[in-house]
Amino acid sequence: MSGLDAFLAMGGYAGYVWPAYSAAVVVLGGLLAWSLAGYRRAQRELKALRRIAPGARRP
Amino acid sequence: MQRFANPARFMRLSAALLPWSGAATAFLLAAGLYLGLFVAPPDYQQGEAVRIMFVHVPAAWMASFVYALIALASAVALIWRHPLADIAAQSAAPLGAGFTLLCLVTGSLWGEPMWGTWWVWDARLTSVLVLFFLYLGYIALVNAFDEPTRGARAGAILALVGIVNLPIIKFSVDWWNTLHQPASVFRLGGPTIDASMLWPLLTLALGFTVFFVTVLLIRMRTALIAAKVRALRLAEVEREAHKATLRHRAVS
Repeated sequence: MSGLDAFLAMGGYAGYVWPAYSAAVVVLGGLLAWSLAGYRRAQRELKALRRIAPGARRP
Repeated sequence: MQRFANPARFMRLSAALLPWSGAATAFLLAAGLYLGLFVAPPDYQQGEAVRIMFVHVPAAWMASFVYALIALASAVALIWRHPLADIAAQSAAPLGAGFTLLCLVTGSLWGEPMWGTWWVWDARLTSVLVLFFLYLGYIALVNAFDEPTRGARAGAILALVGIVNLPIIKFSVDWWNTLHQPASVFRLGGPTIDASMLWPLLTLALGFTVFFVTVLLIRMRTALIAAKVRALRLAEVEREAHKATLRHRAVS
């Protein structure tokens, strides 16, 4: 068994170790992507409103 | 504290902080993954399965830490009515729920090969499941009211009541017989875990913490911008109504 195969096999625990690390990537990556999407949407809305009402004061 | 509770100042400070906390997150998570997957040795009893610990334990710490922070912010919001306290608590809640879910999932994946079961209804596992439902209940309650201030108030009270669960989680492994092992890092007499495993663990725990700070800042900025958008829309409606009144007077 090559070095990479041995690493991926995780001493027979591949079926538990890799799903655990994948879950971390999915949960943390999902929270980040979701939060960034909301952030950009809010920024876009503010920009659009400022274009309609340029007299409105900045925050 | 007062100085930072000003939303305009918060927007400036968070904008300056975000690039640094983002870079620290990327570095610490990469270093932690490298240490955890390549440098740390397999355990003499658990073999390679012990590597699940490097994800599971930081997620568990964050699950409790974020809840404590929400309870603290809720107390500040109820007592001093700081404008940012409710926003901080509400922005943190989905992150805490995410960490708790990650803790439960990785715990299950660790329990099956080590204990021979995905789940047992013992004190530690059950109290963490209760924590997950507390997060979901808080999020649902905050959003259940038409008037945001009433939702924030109800959520803050729930968050404060739920804090009794935190010591139960922490000491459940000492108070009751459980399959879950007792603390091996934060205990009297110092850590019992070997340094070769402690360092990857602490690196990833710090990485999870700065990840939380980074995403919390993004979410709080989003909430403040959204509040500004609501205020501008309201002002726009009032301006239109005022114009309509003037036109009506001119005609009659």
